[in-house]
Amino acid sequence: MPLEPAITDLDRLKDHPVIAALLVWNDKAVAGAKFDRQELSIYIGREFIRDACEKLKSLGLVSFLSDLTCADYYPREPRFELAYHLLSHQRKERIRLKVKLEAGDAVAESITSVWPTANFFERELFDLFGIHFLGHPHLKRIMMPEDWEGHPLRKDYPVEGYR
Amino acid sequence: MATFDDPVAAVPVPDTEQESTMILNMGPQHPSTHGVLRLVLEIDGEQIIRLMPDIGFLHTGIEKTCEAKFYQQVVPLTDRIDYLCPMVNNLCYVLAAEKLLGMEIPPRAQWIRVMLAELQRISSHLVWLGTHALDLGAMSVFLYCFREREDLLRIYEMVSGQRMMTSYFRIGGLALDPPLGFFESVKKFLDIFSERVDEYESLLTGNRIFIDRLKGVAHLSKEDAIALGVTGPALRASGVDWDLRRDIPYCGYENFKFKVPTSQDGDVWARYACRIEELRQSREIAKQALEGLPEGSTKADMPKVVLPDREKMKTQMEALIYHFKIVTEGFTVPSGEVYQSIESPRGEMGYYIVSDGTAKPMRVHMRSPSFANLQALSTMCEGRLIADVVAAIGSIDIVLGEIDR
Repeated sequence: MPLEPAITDLDRLKDHPVIAALLVWNDKAVAGAKFDRQELSIYIGREFIRDACEKLKSLGLVSFLSDLTCADYYPREPRFELAYHLLSHQRKERIRLKVKLEAGDAVAESITSVWPTANFFERELFDLFGIHFLGHPHLKRIMMPEDWEGHPLRKDYPVEGYR
Repeated sequence: MATFDDPVAAVPVPDTEQESTMILNMGPQHPSTHGVLRLVLEIDGEQIIRLMPDIGFLHTGIEKTCEAKFYQQVVPLTDRIDYLCPMVNNLCYVLAAEKLLGMEIPPRAQWIRVMLAELQRISSHLVWLGTHALDLGAMSVFLYCFREREDLLRIYEMVSGQRMMTSYFRIGGLALDPPLGFFESVKKFLDIFSERVDEYESLLTGNRIFIDRLKGVAHLSKEDAIALGVTGPALRASGVDWDLRRDIPYCGYENFKFKVPTSQDGDVWARYACRIEELRQSREIAKQALEGLPEGSTKADMPKVVLPDREKMKTQMEALIYHFKIVTEGFTVPSGEVYQSIESPRGEMGYYIVSDGTAKPMRVHMRSPSFANLQALSTMCEGRLIADVVAAIGSIDIVLGEIDR
């Protein structure tokens, strides 16, 4: 399938059930949307992410947290983009919620109260990106040793490590 | 009261009111933890009050390494994540990269990919069956399973030159067309395999001791399984009828007919039964792929991305230039992000790739099924006996390579 240009206009995407539900719930929460390569990404304001997940889950629009990860766009600001990959078993569809975080304030609300599976994923992001999750039951390093300095998956961390 | 010294504080064991509990370390070098997994158990006599997995011993920074490699150089790294089914990992990565590039893959390559992915599922499940039974004291099953696995490893060696780290699937198709005699070997294996599964079942399924160790042990409810992010046979054994191969088909799986085994019981026995049935279904899919294999090329027509055939490279100037350019400076990928997930033998394997328009990926994240499935272990084991932990670990079939990455 040849690539088609991405749709980034929220008005053209607002009929999608997930975006429509989010706009009805709180139109301030939706900061933008993108439809690219048959995948839908919705940008959510940082302070709304936990409530947005809870709302979508309670409405039955998504049922399962597949993956939670992050990408570092250093030196651009906002530097981090969290990506929540949600899946609906009923509609057989995936959506991606995205949250942008500034380097100096890399804090987001934990969604472990919505999906307990986020526990390990958020610990991994804390360990490798240095992102803090408020309300996480046990935010400690998971891959690296406890006394490790730095966050290896950040772009300003050398691939060979500090020598 | 159980307390921790500082070095082990990574694993939370809150203070309890009980005076009688003690802390027991299981692993990281315990034979039945299937790798370097450390479990911290808080126990009251034989009973488990709390269980905490401690991981990271095998962390090699694969995701960071990927960012320093060209797209095609990432393929060998994906072999090393889940070393029991390297081709399934290759498949997931190349599908994600192909989605980024907007490539179309010829049907013959897709069908060979499906056939090999199903053979990998069989060999991965054989390792699971052998070690699971071995953990529970059934030594001989292990030997039978590894006999068939050896046949499969020979098939992989035949097609890719390697028994384990195959790197056979490439962005745009396959590394090479399969060699002469390959399909006959696959057919020979598939013809005998059905009887071999009956043989394993005759050793285990009616075995009173095995049933007692498995039935009703390490129960996981449907709601817990979804909340804890469990995927694969463990999810299906808890009563969720979900298989990515059927529900969100990829790589031409919509052309194959197969059943998705499920169970409502949610215990170790249900997971055992689901995987045994998956062995038979995988054989069916591989058989269909072999019988209906389309003719044609095994590489996509995209000379700037796919390496040319050896013969062309030696005779055509243009092919030589493309070969030189791909090997020395890679190929650029249009910027964007994709998440591609497939059904690995353990559950949902997903690759999240972000491209910034250069020849190296900006971010490669692997969503490994074992990483999420491991979180369900404490729910399964709390309140049960220590001996059940061994059965529970075997039943979620973890590979530490993909947990720690």
